[in-house]
Amino acid sequence: MIGITSFGAYIPRLRLNRGAIFMNMGWYNPSIIAVAQGERSCCNWDEDSLTMAVAASRECLTGLDRNQIDAVYLASTTMPFSDRQNAGILATTLNLREDIQTSDFTSSQKAGTDALLTALDVVTGGDKKTILVAAADTRTAKPASSYEMWYGDGSAAMTVGDQDVIAEFKGGYSVAIDFVDHYRGTQNKFDYTWEERWVRDEGYSKIIPQAVGGLFQKLGIGMDQVDKLIFPCYFKAEHRKIAKKLGADADKLVDNMHEVCGEMGTAHPLMMLASTLEKAEPGQRIVVAGFGQGSDALYFEVTENIKKLPARLGVAGHLAKKKTLDNYPKFLSFRDMAEKEMGIRSEAPTQTALTVLWRKRKMILGLVGGKCRDCGTPQFPKMDICVNPNCNHVKSLDDYEFADEPAKVMTYTGDMLAFSIDPPAIYGMIEFDGGGRFLADFTDCELDDVSVGKPVSMSFRRRYTDKARGFTGYFWKAIPQAEASA
Amino acid sequence: MATGIRDKVAIIGMGCTRFGERWESGAEELLVEAFTECIADAGIEKKDIQAAWLGTSVDQVNVGGSALPLSTSLRLPYIPVTRVENYCATGTEAFRGACYAVASGAYDICLAQGVEKLKDTGYGGLPSGGSSSGSLSWLYWPNATAPGSFAQLASAYMARYNVAADDLKRAIGHVSVKSHANGVNNPKAHLRKPVSLEQVLAAPMIAWPLGLFDCCGVSDGSACAIVTTPEIAKDLGKKDLISVKALQLALSSGEELSFNEWRGDHFVTTDKASTKAYAEAGIKNPKDEISMMEVHDCFSITELVTYEDLHISERGQAWKDALDGFYDADGKVPCQIDGGLKCFGHPIGASGLRMIYEMYLQLLGRAGDRQLKDPKFGLTHNLGGFPFQNVAAISIIGRYGA
Repeated sequence: MIGITSFGAYIPRLRLNRGAIFMNMGWYNPSIIAVAQGERSCCNWDEDSLTMAVAASRECLTGLDRNQIDAVYLASTTMPFSDRQNAGILATTLNLREDIQTSDFTSSQKAGTDALLTALDVVTGGDKKTILVAAADTRTAKPASSYEMWYGDGSAAMTVGDQDVIAEFKGGYSVAIDFVDHYRGTQNKFDYTWEERWVRDEGYSKIIPQAVGGLFQKLGIGMDQVDKLIFPCYFKAEHRKIAKKLGADADKLVDNMHEVCGEMGTAHPLMMLASTLEKAEPGQRIVVAGFGQGSDALYFEVTENIKKLPARLGVAGHLAKKKTLDNYPKFLSFRDMAEKEMGIRSEAPTQTALTVLWRKRKMILGLVGGKCRDCGTPQFPKMDICVNPNCNHVKSLDDYEFADEPAKVMTYTGDMLAFSIDPPAIYGMIEFDGGGRFLADFTDCELDDVSVGKPVSMSFRRRYTDKARGFTGYFWKAIPQAEASA
Repeated sequence: MATGIRDKVAIIGMGCTRFGERWESGAEELLVEAFTECIADAGIEKKDIQAAWLGTSVDQVNVGGSALPLSTSLRLPYIPVTRVENYCATGTEAFRGACYAVASGAYDICLAQGVEKLKDTGYGGLPSGGSSSGSLSWLYWPNATAPGSFAQLASAYMARYNVAADDLKRAIGHVSVKSHANGVNNPKAHLRKPVSLEQVLAAPMIAWPLGLFDCCGVSDGSACAIVTTPEIAKDLGKKDLISVKALQLALSSGEELSFNEWRGDHFVTTDKASTKAYAEAGIKNPKDEISMMEVHDCFSITELVTYEDLHISERGQAWKDALDGFYDADGKVPCQIDGGLKCFGHPIGASGLRMIYEMYLQLLGRAGDRQLKDPKFGLTHNLGGFPFQNVAAISIIGRYGA
């Protein structure tokens, strides 16, 4: 039996109140009120598609042996690099084996379902036993557009394999149709969109049924053998109409999540699938389809193993963990869409020595430090001489992973002088419960959320963007936790 | 068997520029200004100087590399000149080089000079190095400023000793009030106005809990010393010799940042360096024997915890001692009698030597309105880096033979 073996989600903490968009831009485009319900998720200034994919993947890998992963597929239309394997960076953050395949799936909103379908087909082929699939997007739309209202940021991840399957893969069907509802050329920052009526009538309304219909025909099934139908569509009314046309009533159609987070690009079908799985009962049958110059439709049946899956925050947990943002200019600023005075201090050089990044990739991307074989002291960074003054042995450290280790705040400050996109810059010493410490940036918090002794958990984040050279640098930051918990 | 530096080196001349926003002067001019005073004080000729040490720290906005800026600005006649750097302890580092040179017998008379021209950056505060501060640290260190790094001492100190935030804020506020009161009497200081505790407490926050008046400014300046052996000093006709009693450094091993013992509330290095310095100087009871001190008050909290690291205040009590006036000009151990970094600002390479300059003037009875009554030993504490990784440099000077 082959299918999905685990899932994980990540939705950024910040939720922009759509009313705030309307308050700020409604004078310019009053029609956006029509889609101004609820909130849309948005990245903190230090998040992007890659950091979100890391978070969703870590959640997906709860209770799994990372050494079993034979391939990593990352889907996104907003990757930080056009030519540097983004899935490879993801693999490095997770400290996976080196003898694996990594692949980026991109250039279409259906890249998420593409990656999932491909992973299932590859595992079926037999050479690879377990594949991690992650999809993430942080799509940027022009202010005062409907798309700014519709888009959300987020990531979902799944593992695919043949052990402890929670949703058995029964088959998939794809159509490739160059229907250009929108496009983004390689030199462009924003999408170019065509008339919404045409996109609804000729795009979604025809292509989704073509894919789902084709799947049904291939597998010899009908909508009465489907309990949940998942596909993305911004247009709520059309979403229901298409489902109805396919014979699915309101209970079968999985909500498009507009009011709570917005549509998350390539991640969205997988996010809705994860949301469905976390509420699923054994025996439930699910159809999930993507949309983007065609469609992939996949059919799953939930197994008894769904009950044995270790707990995780999941979609519901992430949705609940939120902070409403009413400040629209701040949203624009975080997405680098508002030029602002950054002072001469921000002009400090930002070059990355790629040789250093290579030598220290496990340390920087994987948060791997060392543990002394002789005295047992965990330490970060891993150096040639053990830091314990009663040991100081040379070359006595083995690799030791810190990312999942619990830690606490030891010292902190909120610095108004340091250049920061979101002042004050909050940082301080953190110390790991099992030993080891370092000076860390705190994120996803205000100064009042930090106190000595508070537990923190580690999160992979963007550290800096070197605009002149087009490079993004990453490292791990500490997030203060509300209570001590796993 | 080594016997330390005590009474092997005499200071025969010192010079110090006015510190401040010296828009009209570059490092080249500041070097000459301090040196002119120093050589006149020493009563020797330039050609008598056999070797020199230049201390300067921030290359990128200052004089650039090598020791050539000193040899060319002062027109030193093809003598050995060494450039030294140890973050903010650079001034003391230059002094050490010159002292060890004469103590070793390799040279008779040496010059130690520190300079920093920081006001060409275009903005307040220390310059930000970005990726030029270290290719590996650029990849993972937080974008920490000096205020933010030292501010962390406060959260740790309050947690460890259960000190209320208000009490600590008043104690560190008093540290700055006291220094400003001293700076009023110093024509070479940058800031010469007194401040009240109310002003300090109401000042805008820079890095919690440090406000504007808890942070020293950045300024331009130079200071220097000419040293020789006590024998040569006497031959030159010097009376009332001022000699070096101790010179000690301690540098972090990396334990504060990576090991599991330090709690973030004090300086491991200052504790160790001062213990060695007192032993070297033959001082058994620093609280009674140290007459005056200049400590590295880049931030008020730094000075506060340093009182404990120098073994003068008990652990956890420095905040009370500060509020009691123990370190005021009329207190038991006057600290920053010249106004400190707080009133002078901190031209990095010069500060360590400016501290020694004040102790020297005090010992010779030349401190004017700031003169303390009959001081015996003066201690300087010059610290470079951050609480979690740093260089602590201590010097003790006093009357030769005392």
